[in-house]
Amino acid sequence: MQNTSINFKRQVTIKLADVKLQGALSRLQTRFVEGRAAVIGEINDLQETRTAAAAIRDRVLNDLEYWLLHFEQQATARGAIVHWAETGADVNRIVAEIAARHGVRTAAKSKSMVSEECGLNDALELAGVEVMETDLGEYILQLAHEAPSHIVAPVVHKNMEEIADLFAEKHQLPRKTDIAELCREAREVLRPAFLNADMGISGGNFLLAETGSVLIVTNEGNGRLVTTLPRVHVAITGIEKIVPTLEDVTTLLRLLPRSATGQSITNYVSVLTGNKDSADHDGPEHFHIILLDNGRSSLLGSEMQEMLRCIRCGACMNHCPVYQNIGGHAYGWVYPGPMGSILTPLLGGLENAPDLPNASTLCGACAVVCPVKIPLPDLLRKLREKQMERGMKSRQETFMLKAWAWLALHPAIYAIATKIGVRLMRILGGKEKLLHHLPGARGWTDGRDFPAPAGMTFRELYKRGGHK
Amino acid sequence: MNARDKILSKIRNSQARTAAGNVAGTVAQTEMRDSYLALHPRGPLPPPLDNLVAGFKERAIKLSSDVMEASDSKDVPILLARYLSERKLPVSGVCWPSLAGLPWSTAGLDIQSRPAKNQDLVGVTGAFCAIAETGTLMMLSGPETPATTSLLPETHVAVLDPRRIVATMEDAWNLMRKEYKQPPRAVNFISGPSRTADIEQTVTLGAHGPYRVLLILAPL
Ligand code: SF4
Repeated sequence: MQNTSINFKRQVTIKLADVKLQGALSRLQTRFVEGRAAVIGEINDLQETRTAAAAIRDRVLNDLEYWLLHFEQQATARGAIVHWAETGADVNRIVAEIAARHGVRTAAKSKSMVSEECGLNDALELAGVEVMETDLGEYILQLAHEAPSHIVAPVVHKNMEEIADLFAEKHQLPRKTDIAELCREAREVLRPAFLNADMGISGGNFLLAETGSVLIVTNEGNGRLVTTLPRVHVAITGIEKIVPTLEDVTTLLRLLPRSATGQSITNYVSVLTGNKDSADHDGPEHFHIILLDNGRSSLLGSEMQEMLRCIRCGACMNHCPVYQNIGGHAYGWVYPGPMGSILTPLLGGLENAPDLPNASTLCGACAVVCPVKIPLPDLLRKLREKQMERGMKSRQETFMLKAWAWLALHPAIYAIATKIGVRLMRILGGKEKLLHHLPGARGWTDGRDFPAPAGMTFRELYKRGGHK
Repeated sequence: MNARDKILSKIRNSQARTAAGNVAGTVAQTEMRDSYLALHPRGPLPPPLDNLVAGFKERAIKLSSDVMEASDSKDVPILLARYLSERKLPVSGVCWPSLAGLPWSTAGLDIQSRPAKNQDLVGVTGAFCAIAETGTLMMLSGPETPATTSLLPETHVAVLDPRRIVATMEDAWNLMRKEYKQPPRAVNFISGPSRTADIEQTVTLGAHGPYRVLLILAPL
C-alpha cells in the first residue's frame, strides 16, 4: 500500500468534518471499548498476565535469530516451504512465483495486514492471478476500491446503508435492508470463490517455533476455508510474529481477542502445520510460509524494539482520542492509531510521516490497554526527539523551544518576560477574556480560542499568598 | 547473499549493537532455550473450576452454542432429530466415520458417513476434547476426522464425551502431546457458530462457516 502519511494534516481537516465518519467512529468506541471492558476482567490477574505476555514477546525478540531458525527447521520438517522476504515487493514476487509454479489462476484471501503492507492484490492481478478477499470487511473494501481504516475492523468507516448500496450495485441483486441479509448475501456470493480457488492466502497471527505451525484467529470461518479447501496455501507474516511454545501462545490468546473485540476467544483458532497427508480428505498439498522483514530487523536492539512486541489487537487505536476523531485513513498507511504512528515512520521513514509522532495527546490510554505493555507514549516521545535531533521540526518551533530553554535558564529574565506576557495577553483578551489569535500558534487558535490569563503570573500569585 | 542470510545478518547486526543482545549461541544459552522448549512452562492460569462440565456448558451457551445432554450415545440421533425439526431444518447430512454406528435412520435422519461437500447442510463430528474455560471444542484433522464437516454445513453438531472436557487450553495441549507426538495438519478450536461484526460492529451469527453449533454431551 502506498504511504501517504505526508498528507496527514490535510486529511485530519477533511476527516473531522466528515459527519458519516464521525458516526461510525462513535460506534467503534461503544462496541470495542465497552466490549473490552466487559471481558478483560475475566482474566484472573490481568497485570500478571500482561507482564507474562510482554516477557514471552521479549524472549523471542532478544533472541530472534535462534527462534526463527528453530521455526524454519520445524516447519520444513513437516513439509512446509519457508520463504524469506526483505521487502513487500519481494513478497509479491515470491507469491507470484508460487502461483506460476502451481498453475494458480484464482486465489481466495483471508485478512492479512502484512499483505496490505506489500500491496499484494495489485501485484497478483498484474501477474494474471484473480484475487478474492473473503473477510467480509476486506471484501467490501475490495468492491469499493478502498483501503482498510482499522487493523481489526477494516471497514469501520462505512455504514450499513453505504454497504447495501454497494452490494446492490455490484451484485446486481435487490437491495438488502438489514445487516444479517447483507451477511448472507456475501456468504452466498463468496462460497464459490472458496470452492474454486487454486490458492488460499492468509496472514499469520503467530508462528509457533515449537511445532513449526502458523496460528490464525478468525471469526467468520473464511480463514479456515482458505486454509482447508485450495490445493495451495500461502501464509504471509512478519518475522517478529514468532512465539516459542504452545503454552506461550495460549497466554497471548487470553489477551488478544479480549483486547481486540471484547471476545473471550475468537470463534476459530486454527493451528496449521505442514501439508495434507496422503490419507487426508482435506487440506492443501502445498504449504508456503513467507516471512517478511520490511524494516522490522532494524528496530531490534534499538530503543524502539518494544514496538515489535505488538500483537495487532487494535486496542490502542480504539482507546485513542485522536483515532476516535479522525479514523484510520488519515494516517496514510496500513497501520493507524498509536501503534501506526510509531510503526509507519519506523518502517516507512520518519521523513515520510513527519506528523504522525505528533498525532497523539500522550494521554497514555494506549499504554494502559496494550496487552503486551508497549510504552507507546514513550516511544512516540522518542520519535519526536529523533525529529528534533535530525532538525526535522519547523524552524519556528525550534526557535520557540530554544528561546524558552534560554529563558528557563535565566530565572530573573524569565520572571520579567512572563510578567509582561500575561499582562499583554490580558489586555488583548478584552472583556471576553479570550484570544482569537495568538502569534506563533495559529495552528492552535484557528480551531479554538485561547483563554486570556488573569493578569498575574503564578510566581506573583505564589508570593502574594505569603510564600517566599 | 540470499534474502534469508541478509535478514539473519541484519538481525545479528542490530542486536550486536546493544549489550543486552544475546544472539551468540553460547552453551549456556542453548541449554536455556532447549530447557524452555522441553519444559514449556505455563503462564498465569484462570482459577480452577469446581465442575468442568457445568463450566463448559455455561461458557459454550454464552458464545451462542446450543447444548443438549444424553445419558447414552444411542439417544443422540433422537435429540438431534428433535433439534432439527424444532428449527425446521433439513434432516439429512454427513458424519465422521466414528459416529456412523449411531441409529440415525431410526430417528428419521439421513446421515451419511463421508466428508462434507458444499451442499451438505448438517455435519456431525466428534471432538478431540473440549475446554471449560472458554466453552471451546478442540478438533484435530485427519483421515477419520475431516475438517470440512465442521466447516461447510450450516449446522455443525458435535458429539462430545463429557469426560473429555479439560479445564484450560494448556490442559488440551498436554492431552494432545500425550496422545500424539505432534500436532496434525490442522488443530481447530471452535467456540460457537461463525460470526462477523464487520458491518457497524454488530455481531451477526453465520458468516462463512456454520450458522449454529449444537453440542450433544453423551458418553462415547
Ligand atoms: S500496540 Fe499494543 S494495543 Fe496497539 S495493536 Fe499492538 S498490541 Fe494492541
